[in-house]
Amino acid sequence: MNTIILSAIFGVVMMFSGIFIHNRSAYKHIAAAALLVLLVFNVSEGNGFSLINVDVKYFLHFEKFGLLFNSICIFSTLVYVMLSGKEIEKVGNNVAESYALIFFVLCGVGIVTSYTNLLMLFIGIEVLSIPLYVLTGSDKRNLKGNEASLKYFLMGSFSTGILLMGIALLYGTAGTFLIEHNGTRMLSYLEALGLVLLFIALSFKVSAAPFHFWTPDVYDGAPAVFTSFMATVVKVAGFAAFIRLFEARTGTMGSQTDRLIGIVIVLTLAFGNLTAVFQQSVKRMLAYSSIAQAGFMMFAIFAVNDTAKEGLLLYAAAYCLSTIGIFAVLAKMEDMTLEGFNGLAKSQPLIAALVTIFFLSLAGIPLTAGFFAKYYMLAAMVKTGNYIGLVVIGVLFAAVSVYYYFKVIQAMYFKDGDIVLAPVTSGFKYLLLGVAVIIVVLGVYPNALLSLLYF
Amino acid sequence: MPITYYITLSVVLFCIGVVGVLTRRNAIIIFMCVELMLNAVNLMLVAFSKMHNGNAIASAPNSTVGIDGQLFVFFIMVVAAAEVCVGLSIIVMMYRNTHSVDVNFLNRLKN
Repeated sequence: MNTIILSAIFGVVMMFSGIFIHNRSAYKHIAAAALLVLLVFNVSEGNGFSLINVDVKYFLHFEKFGLLFNSICIFSTLVYVMLSGKEIEKVGNNVAESYALIFFVLCGVGIVTSYTNLLMLFIGIEVLSIPLYVLTGSDKRNLKGNEASLKYFLMGSFSTGILLMGIALLYGTAGTFLIEHNGTRMLSYLEALGLVLLFIALSFKVSAAPFHFWTPDVYDGAPAVFTSFMATVVKVAGFAAFIRLFEARTGTMGSQTDRLIGIVIVLTLAFGNLTAVFQQSVKRMLAYSSIAQAGFMMFAIFAVNDTAKEGLLLYAAAYCLSTIGIFAVLAKMEDMTLEGFNGLAKSQPLIAALVTIFFLSLAGIPLTAGFFAKYYMLAAMVKTGNYIGLVVIGVLFAAVSVYYYFKVIQAMYFKDGDIVLAPVTSGFKYLLLGVAVIIVVLGVYPNALLSLLYF
Repeated sequence: MPITYYITLSVVLFCIGVVGVLTRRNAIIIFMCVELMLNAVNLMLVAFSKMHNGNAIASAPNSTVGIDGQLFVFFIMVVAAAEVCVGLSIIVMMYRNTHSVDVNFLNRLKN
């Protein structure tokens, strides 16, 4: 509850600071401080400290998993604000409002990680999405940004309609909006249809194939800083919503939806990875790679067991931190194509090395957090005991992903070129180094994060 | 009237909305179709709410079962209004730059 209340309040505070404070670079520090406070209060809620005692029974239920997920999202946002604050200032005229919208998104994250009621799922998804439509189009003069924002908005509200239809059908059969469902009886047709519609709507939100088609255009068209936020924090929050719903429903669904999710996983992995191979623009390649990573996270939705939940947490941390790191460097570049990376190792050896670590983590190479994230996903899948073929497909596509990630590394180290990079401060470098250290530590000792789930 | 009439009507409305979103090219008409989908859902929720209430009243006359369906409708209305707010301003922003609300424009983004 702390996260939801405080992030909404901080959002309003940021909006007002836009009126009273005119120093553009001050907003970044205010936002970072507010995020730090948010993080502290979110963690302290895990220890039983709550700001306001409101009865949210039947609506929200706060447990370790959701709170840890919040912490990961808030921490990633903190890193994101610290790394990309300069670039946020450059987009549009209203910097403070951009930060306010980011806080409202975090409020939505707080809701979707802890809901127990379909009403809260709906509200959470909307609070998460509506600020993003605005952020996508925040560069008002940029035609590409406009188009991306319109496309995102139309697709997003369309999927909301589908989500609501699914909820209505579930309500019709069960007579309640609670996601928990007792009994192992057979699904009625209406209920099955409702679940499939919910599944489709959430697949839209996390951009799983075949509902991914908006993703590349939107991620490519939006300002690079906000793509970074959309592709990381918002996407993993979508998965938190997904797994909560399916965890509560395992009793009634049984194996009936397995085949459906299996098909979606294979399609997502295949489409994301195979299309990413042919991309020339690194920004667009990362958009496709985010679809591919979503395919991997779908394994958790398929397996829905303890390993899957641990894996999803680890995946969220690994994926968010690496992608935010890469985007922070990418946003400083003039040329976002593959050639733009040529010769980065010569002019900025430290940054090139750190970006290499981030790409290795995304590819899932051992000693980085990405490796254990993928490992947990596949282990959860093996634990379920059926559809082992999917694990093989997952490993094969992970191998494919190495190809396009390494193309960037190759461009940085083995090709010559004049790199055009906005000036970087030493603080930026140290922060990037810190993120890389976290990734490596999680890659060596993933329990550093996962033990928080139990103590 | 049997509940099936209401369900059929709202499913038909919903399908009109879905088909409209997928086939029309004018951003505002697409947007209206989305609203149609949401209102179809509203109708269905109210019908189900009444149905559950009717079933419960048979055994307990003062039952409030099913009231949550109608409450949900209010939330949908509020959120839809917020969405309209953002959506129309995005469309206006688009119109200022391209002098058109045709979504065929969007295909340029692919290259």
